[in-house]
Amino acid sequence: MAVWEALLELADDHLVLGHRISEWCGHAPMLEEDLAMPNMGLDLIGTARTLYDHAGKLEGKGRSEDDLAYLRDEREYRNCLLVERPNEDFAHTMLRQFYFAAFMRPYWLAALNSADATVRGVAGKAEKEMAYHIRHAGEWVIRLGDGTEESAARMRDAVEALHIYVDELFDSSDAARMAEAAGVLPVRADLRDTWERTVSEVFAEALLEQPKAAYAQRGGREGIHNEALGHLLAEMQVVHRAHPGARW
Amino acid sequence: MTATTPLWEVFIRPRNGLAHKHVGSLHAADEVMALQSARDVYTRRGEGNSIWVVPSAAITASDPDQTAENFEPTADKIYRHPTFYDTPEDVGHM
Repeated sequence: MAVWEALLELADDHLVLGHRISEWCGHAPMLEEDLAMPNMGLDLIGTARTLYDHAGKLEGKGRSEDDLAYLRDEREYRNCLLVERPNEDFAHTMLRQFYFAAFMRPYWLAALNSADATVRGVAGKAEKEMAYHIRHAGEWVIRLGDGTEESAARMRDAVEALHIYVDELFDSSDAARMAEAAGVLPVRADLRDTWERTVSEVFAEALLEQPKAAYAQRGGREGIHNEALGHLLAEMQVVHRAHPGARW
Repeated sequence: MTATTPLWEVFIRPRNGLAHKHVGSLHAADEVMALQSARDVYTRRGEGNSIWVVPSAAITASDPDQTAENFEPTADKIYRHPTFYDTPEDVGHM
């Protein structure tokens, strides 16, 4: 276990969610969202790139950001399960985005004091991006939750479906604990209160209730993923794997 | 779609000190979503630092049928253009 692996987990979270939300490009319910979602995807992928590059350098085996993104299999991906959940409908997509951003905003704010200069740099840029993701996705959660009968039912379904993936956000793997002890990354469990506050404020306006946690699905940090990730990676990696070393 | 998401006009101020300029329009359910969409659609390349959104329905426009009577009478009044004196160099860009 090493600090670079904790950075890899974080990078995987961002790449996988960035790819997921980019899948809406050209399919969004309206043009405005067709631009907004890839915007958010690009924020996440930008963060992933910096983190992969840094993780590769710390590992010291000469792996580039492309090697890490395109040449690892499902079992080697360390993202949390929330980010790989399929888009399903707009309610699922916006809730997933909101949950993740509500976690990452306080995470990056805490990382502004990281012992690692690259992490501090990423944090300075990403905390603003996450503040906007919270606002954008949060406003949709409110409007769908407190919308029509149909939109409210879809929003409630999304809450039900995604709830079991929330707890994993606050788990720290062995690698993450090492990075936390070294002052490189913030302690995940410490962010729970802030996350709960952000979510409950939006849920109150959205007329939604958080289910009581009875069961939490975990495993992403050990590479135990849902079937959904395999399909995502196949699509994301196919060009790179079919044309190794290709450039344009 | 226009019943639930009416049209909004978007104005962007490129820099402090300049005026907001009309850049386009979009559909949104309300003013909060309109501002967010304006940010996402019209400021992706650093176009500005301030956004206004205005319901298109709130704009009263001149009648195209009155274009002649509105605007043509000014065409021959060149004395209204301040081109008959020299601007001192110190004034800079006017």
